[in-house]
Amino acid sequence: MYQYDHYDQTIVNERVAQYKDQTRRYLAGELSEDEFRPLRLQNGLYIQRHAPMLRIAIPYGLLSSRQLRMLAHIARTYDRGYGHFSTRQNLQLNWPELARVPEILELLASVQMHSIQTSGNCIRNITTDPFAGVAPDEIVDPRPYAEILRQWSTFHPEFAYLPRKFKIALNGAAQDRAVVQWHDIGLDLIRNEAGEIGLRVLVGGGMGRTPMLGSVIREFLPWQHMLTYCEAILRVYNRYGRRDNSFKARIKILVKALGAAEFARQVEEEWTHVKDGPSILTQEEFDRVAACFTQPAYETLSDQVPGLNARLAQNKAFANWVRRNVHAHKVPGYAAVTLSLKKTGVPPGDCTAEQMELVANLADRYSFGELRVSHEQNLILADVKKADLYELWQQARLGGLATPNIGLLTDIVCCPGGDFCSLANAKSIPIAAAIQRRFDDLDYLHDIGEIDLNISGCMNSCGHHHVGHIGILGVDKNDQEWYQISIGGAQGNDSSLGTVIGPSFAAEDVPGVIEKLIETYLEHRTEEERFIDTLRRIGVEPFKARVYRGTRDNKAKEVVNG
Amino acid sequence: MAKLIRHEGIVEDEWSVLRFPAKEEPLRKQAGKPVLFKLTGEASATPDEIANLAVPEGKTIIPLPLWLARSDELAARLAAATLGVWIDSHESPEALAGSLDDLNRFAVIAVNFPRFIDGRGYSIAALLRTRYGYRGELRAIGEVLLDQLFYLKRCGFDAYALRTDQNIDDAARRLRDFSHPYQAAADQPLPLFRRQARGLTA
Ligand code: SF4
Repeated sequence: MYQYDHYDQTIVNERVAQYKDQTRRYLAGELSEDEFRPLRLQNGLYIQRHAPMLRIAIPYGLLSSRQLRMLAHIARTYDRGYGHFSTRQNLQLNWPELARVPEILELLASVQMHSIQTSGNCIRNITTDPFAGVAPDEIVDPRPYAEILRQWSTFHPEFAYLPRKFKIALNGAAQDRAVVQWHDIGLDLIRNEAGEIGLRVLVGGGMGRTPMLGSVIREFLPWQHMLTYCEAILRVYNRYGRRDNSFKARIKILVKALGAAEFARQVEEEWTHVKDGPSILTQEEFDRVAACFTQPAYETLSDQVPGLNARLAQNKAFANWVRRNVHAHKVPGYAAVTLSLKKTGVPPGDCTAEQMELVANLADRYSFGELRVSHEQNLILADVKKADLYELWQQARLGGLATPNIGLLTDIVCCPGGDFCSLANAKSIPIAAAIQRRFDDLDYLHDIGEIDLNISGCMNSCGHHHVGHIGILGVDKNDQEWYQISIGGAQGNDSSLGTVIGPSFAAEDVPGVIEKLIETYLEHRTEEERFIDTLRRIGVEPFKARVYRGTRDNKAKEVVNG
Repeated sequence: MAKLIRHEGIVEDEWSVLRFPAKEEPLRKQAGKPVLFKLTGEASATPDEIANLAVPEGKTIIPLPLWLARSDELAARLAAATLGVWIDSHESPEALAGSLDDLNRFAVIAVNFPRFIDGRGYSIAALLRTRYGYRGELRAIGEVLLDQLFYLKRCGFDAYALRTDQNIDDAARRLRDFSHPYQAAADQPLPLFRRQARGLTA
């Protein structure tokens, strides 16, 4: 992974000093609340319901075991012994003390980490495929590009006070696992006919109150121009994005208002001025960064592991885990493994300090000392020898990290919601827990098969409910917590937005509604169909009809009488 | 005379900034919240207001709409180097650049930050420096706070009229918050990777 040089280290050290002084001035009353807010936000510090929340950057989801041990230490010393991995591959601490955050930043800097620009109206943490570098369908490894973008966006002086937050994602594989269509800028690394590497540039995707898929504004941008083109996009946005209404301030609103073609024209016009400037990337700089992402020292192995098949045949629990949590790897004899943070009864994405230390040890023993955080809020060991799978499984199981549910109904993506977040309309964690309890039967769960269930506590959509095959959104009705349910959303290459099925539900009814949706699917599915396939074939109506059977007429009558 | 940061030093400011008289504007709301920003391109003043604003003697920094409408009348002041112009965050640096052959005939150009979180002024400054060839004094006015000085400097500002409650003695330090920024910007046309041989020497 990327290693800081003297300059990178100096920048994070100077940031710690700067923020220490800002915190001191705030506490001394020299900085007002309003003036301190953007400063602390650009260091990832929110003021939440109970306490501040600190969001630590995990650039493109990549961590070393040493860094994870430091995160465990910080969680134990400055928090309540756990952290929450978010849908943007970051780590959130829910209970740090504002006055001690500079100490935390100092510890982070000691392991080449920071919390820079994890919040605020600036360019946020760059995200990418958690299987980067190991996925069999990879075309171009996105990590060097992500690191180059990280450096460019760090303290970019012109783009620190944008109309709104700004998220960039990169994908380099045939199957998009970085959800580039849902980002302010989505970059798809591709090769042209001559074999040269370039970027397909999408702009204006985003969830939130007005969900929109990004539009392609350039089919092929030579990679050397990645920074100059982003600069052009950001400049157009910084100047013309709406600042009068925070609900309309994201770039997607500007792209929609102008039309993608006109927006692209303005970007291209801006770009003609900067494209041949000094920010054009050099091969030398690319090579320097890419040298940090070379392949680890893989052994030459056969893909057939003696004894593995017998184990799988004998041990159903192990077989379930391998089926769900072990993924293909481009190198024979190796696999990528997801450690599930979705055990029933534990808030999705939460991880204790002990678990972090266990994962750090597992990474050292089995995966070259590195791991990844996925935007589905799980941890991934990307380079595990197949021969080690059984051993790894046993150890992960002891740590509560081997729930065999990746991609299944209980692998719920869920934001912190009303338990922590002051913006929430409703709680989300208890809903996830109730659904996990309802579907706790493993055989049933595996029979239902692949399905994405996403929960957000409000329209800000941190739980990405728009793209869940089933999406649950917390809404506020007369000061009560209600849940609106949508179906048919999807991420990846065939992204779609979910359709709301009808009036919302009280918390206690949600698991029952999910059950009815699942039953409808099971009744209609053909052999190979996943939930989303059946839904796309038969449409939303049969699902709706099942869920609202009996209640529909009553509703209609009420309206008529009203 | 008010104090000003010029480069990294504290000086007496010999210029005064001319603004349109404050007027009662109806409170506009969007999504239930008061609108705090003008949209880019929105008009700044009515033709009457522009025609009626008197330009005082002495070194004066006038609003852009006034310059655009009355440049003939103000040509002598420009030649005498007693005229500067200020541009608001929602106004167009293109219009300013198109209004005379060489922006360097202005002894000073100021960019107004109506609120410090309005980041348009950074792009305006960057354009004046890197696209429109302005080399004279580029001054940040309005809600200019210590914690934004470093970014302002990087975008090409070299003078700062800090809001009066700010600790002006702290400014020089704030201008040097970071020693080796990554990106190219108006103050440093080369990105770090072209300035320094980078490598694993940490
Ligand atoms: S979706 Fe809403 S409730 Fe959930 S974390 Fe985001 S802002 Fe908070």
